Amino acid sequence: MSLKECLRKGKIMDLTKLTLIETIKGLKERQFSEVELNRAYRERMKKLNPSLNVYLWAKENGTEGIPAAIKDIIVTKDISTTAGSKILEGFVPPYNATAVDRLLEKNISVIGKTNCDEFAMGSSGENSAYGPTKNPWDLTKVPGGSSSGSAVAVASDMCVFALGTDTGGSIRQPSSLCGVVGLKPSYGRVSRYGAIAMASSLDQIGPLTKTVADARLVLEWISGKDGYDSNCQNSEFKVQSSELKKDLKGVRVGVPREYFGKGLDEGVEKVVREAIKKLEKLGAEVVEVILPHTEYGIAVYYIVMSSEVSSNLAKFTGIRFGKTRDKFGSEAKRRIMLGTFALSTGYYDDYFAKAAKVRTLIKQDFAKAFQKCDVIVGPVSPTTAWNLGEKVNDPLKMYLSDAYTIPASLAGIPGLSVPCGFSEGLPVGLQILGKYMDEETILDVAESYEQATSWRKVKPKL
Amino acid sequence: MKLNPQQVQKVAKLANIPVSEEEVEKYSDQLSKILDYIDQLNSVDTAGVEPTFNITGLSNVLRDDEVGESLSQEEALKNTSQKKEGFFVTKGVFEEG
Repeated sequence: MSLKECLRKGKIMDLTKLTLIETIKGLKERQFSEVELNRAYRERMKKLNPSLNVYLWAKENGTEGIPAAIKDIIVTKDISTTAGSKILEGFVPPYNATAVDRLLEKNISVIGKTNCDEFAMGSSGENSAYGPTKNPWDLTKVPGGSSSGSAVAVASDMCVFALGTDTGGSIRQPSSLCGVVGLKPSYGRVSRYGAIAMASSLDQIGPLTKTVADARLVLEWISGKDGYDSNCQNSEFKVQSSELKKDLKGVRVGVPREYFGKGLDEGVEKVVREAIKKLEKLGAEVVEVILPHTEYGIAVYYIVMSSEVSSNLAKFTGIRFGKTRDKFGSEAKRRIMLGTFALSTGYYDDYFAKAAKVRTLIKQDFAKAFQKCDVIVGPVSPTTAWNLGEKVNDPLKMYLSDAYTIPASLAGIPGLSVPCGFSEGLPVGLQILGKYMDEETILDVAESYEQATSWRKVKPKL
Repeated sequence: MKLNPQQVQKVAKLANIPVSEEEVEKYSDQLSKILDYIDQLNSVDTAGVEPTFNITGLSNVLRDDEVGESLSQEEALKNTSQKKEGFFVTKGVFEEG
């Protein structure tokens, strides 16, 4: 039932079900107050947080602003920020990330800091030092990671929208596994200032939202140069005021053969293929493309990312802030050591330099494919949400679950996940990848798809 | 590529990561498996391919050298566990202590 219908029929509406755009409209038209809005979310949070373990910090008595959830790897002034790690327990940042400052300017308030894999290292949320977040569709399943808490906060209506970070899939994959919209912007679109660095050549902040239109708006708010991230230059994103085209006539949709091979779950494949058919029905021209170096993505990623991790996490010495290095969890230690090895004398050329060259080939794959199409579509994750504990003792198996999200991260291009159905009761996301700095087209395709389907209206029973 | 326990210990020392003997065994096994997987990169022909370290291709991006706001000394020291007379306390470098 729409907002208008609710009001007309005099029904009490659940404010936590509203999208960001509906919330802004409702406040503007004085259909409800900020106090009522904050109260509704606080009550929802009190009811659900104990079982889902979404928030590591939550605001007690907020009465102002539109409540958003911020991944706990993004620093917030005077609000505890742990990055999901014991090494930052008790750390209270003296400044805000640029993305957070920009939200505050738009009357957004921080309702809570969301759980995540330690330093964003993980694909299941289980690497958090503060216990795993649960998937709202099935509490025995993982929510995906590393932006686990942010995805669940949106999926369970414990915030209007959330911010996450994506280094190898950490926004798109949990969005897919929890059934929300998640956008990883182009590398350089959003300032990384205040996102605790994991792998600097890959990290991006982006929105997790209830609709594509919401993601578009949040991207407009947080994008653009701030003078604190030298890779973020001509990066302002503007929402186009013209009406969205309902059909997809003239849009060429590339389907990469490599994203439908071995390892892809049958149920997921079926749902994604249906979604592609829907795009075709909406008028898109579907073309087959090839991304021949896809199979090397994970190997490249684990060298590049670990090397950058080993360097970025060297600052955690316990001198200026945080605790001592024995407080790192096992995944952080594993990646620091892998990276230290890859950069060490005698191995640099074989590992780091080699991986950087194969990265070029992966980037070129996309450039060639985009000569034939405007967007590339496929699954986000090879499976739906898996059981808690299933992959924790086999790091390599966990890494392989990011096969379809990592290549876009290595190439720096934008990508999103939009809900496209269910397999055995668990959500499946459609991944839409675009040309560098062309978020506009992937958002347009996703929004046309979203409006022609009703997946987003299906909510987990909580 | 295998990483034996001695190599793991060496890497842990370089990375300044304290590891127990149990962990050394575990990481030796896990890191060897990961490196075995990564070794598939050797089958890719990269002759004449330039490496990509940063996809934006930007370098030496500078801003104007202007005095701006910065953290106060008090704020900068807020999160340290040990401070003395307005400074951070670090371990000695040249002598024990």
